[in-house]
Amino acid sequence: MNSHATVHHATQHLLRSSEKGLVLLGSRCQACAEHYFPSADSCTRCAATDMLACELGARGVLWSWTVQAFQPKSPYNGGEAAEDFQPYGVGYIEMPSGIKVESRLTVADPARLRIGMPMHLVEADYGGGADTVLRTFAFAPSNPAKESI
Amino acid sequence: MEDIAIIGVGMHRFGRTDGVSGQAQGAHAVREALKDAGVTWDQIGIAYGGSQDGGNADALSNHLGLTGLPFVNVANGCATGGSALASVVAALRSGMTDIGVAVGFDKHPRGAFNPKPADWGLEDWYGETGLMLTTQFFALKTQRYMHEHGVSEDALVRVAQRAFRNGALTPHAWRQRELSYEEIADSMPVNLPLRKYMFCNPAEGGAALVLCRASEAHRYTDHPVLVRAAVMRTRHHGSFEVFSPSLAAEAAPAPTVTASRAAYEEAGVGPEDINVIQLQDTDSGSEIIHLAENGFCEHGEQEHLLRQGETDIDGRLPVNTDGGCLANGEPVGASGLRQVIEVCLQLRQQAGARQVPGAPRLGYTHVYGAPGVSAVTILEAP
Ligand SMILES: [Zn+2]
Repeated sequence: MNSHATVHHATQHLLRSSEKGLVLLGSRCQACAEHYFPSADSCTRCAATDMLACELGARGVLWSWTVQAFQPKSPYNGGEAAEDFQPYGVGYIEMPSGIKVESRLTVADPARLRIGMPMHLVEADYGGGADTVLRTFAFAPSNPAKESI
Repeated sequence: MEDIAIIGVGMHRFGRTDGVSGQAQGAHAVREALKDAGVTWDQIGIAYGGSQDGGNADALSNHLGLTGLPFVNVANGCATGGSALASVVAALRSGMTDIGVAVGFDKHPRGAFNPKPADWGLEDWYGETGLMLTTQFFALKTQRYMHEHGVSEDALVRVAQRAFRNGALTPHAWRQRELSYEEIADSMPVNLPLRKYMFCNPAEGGAALVLCRASEAHRYTDHPVLVRAAVMRTRHHGSFEVFSPSLAAEAAPAPTVTASRAAYEEAGVGPEDINVIQLQDTDSGSEIIHLAENGFCEHGEQEHLLRQGETDIDGRLPVNTDGGCLANGEPVGASGLRQVIEVCLQLRQQAGARQVPGAPRLGYTHVYGAPGVSAVTILEAP
């Protein structure tokens, strides 16, 4: 990869990086404790508007998955040539609070994806731009040794 | 409550019709429905209609005649036709006029829909990073459903196989070629577990109904179809809908479930009374989910029903007798009224080679779509 490339991190505002590592940010309803991702300014569960920013964590389990086999059209901005497109995994990850977060997965091989498997938050690059690296959050399998079970 | 009847049905063939605008296809459908009812456009006292990509429905007056009638534009996505029908029924019941028209039509660009994140209240990253695809949503929902309820890929194949088999019996269907089990099972993965022949395509077409109070219906036709229920509902917090960056911890029943229950209650019948069924089948997985959400079986029972042929035309629960969206494509504005027309033809026993045997008495239609809407009708034979 071009070391002079600029990085476009589309989801930086959804993440916090500290000595404990990377965590996903969201919000929590002060009235009924429902969690939201990305953060919301009102609660569709109880209609309250008193919301507080919160951390959703970095670890969860795979709740559902698919593989994006064809190159998406706009608004996808990967920009790779059709022949360079690589299928990518997409899933919902169930976080400790119970909220399921939709995310790209670092794995696109159906044989390596299984509902219930532990996953953790990472940053990943996508697309084919030479001058700009496109970066976003993704989830990766946490325990590769056990994946094949 | 005053009973309302469908006295005329009309369609413009679904599929691709180059050189004919969506509005012209809608106007064609209205003319066919007027002819079927034996009335003229200037007798129509109210019209409701819509399209997603085909322009305003009230512009159909430029094709049909500028008679000054109140013509209301409806924009409820997949539930456009169902909302138009429910609105005409309410208008006729109110006594404001005697004859009404519900119409839906569409003409989509080729290929998948191209959503804009801001239109959905979402930030740009959701689209940019490749998460904003309807096919992904259907796949993720189907994958989870299959896991929770023990449904296998075999069921996905059988839904598509039946759709194309019924399409081959339907003279106006877009896809009229039967596909083998292997052709479907081995077709290209789009978003696993869903493959190419398990998805419907955007299409074009028009569908229209003429309605009046049931007490007047025999002045126009020998075979009026009674509207026993026409209901539209939207989602609750916690239902699994398209373009959701997250899902709530606790799941809520889908809008289909609430629309379905309200329709059964309005009609005073249950799923066991229904003889012919049209369900939203944007993809094989959706139809499987909708079979249970509309009360026709338990969750997880679908695979057995499909294997036993229970959802075939001569089965106990004939589903999507005209091939559904899979064989007809999905012109969003027209799709729900196509279902209503197919059920009318079945109840009038005019469905030809795909006629459900045994004089079906009650029919059911169901649409479901973004951003979490569903419309259900229950119709009764003449
Ligand atoms: Zn709340």
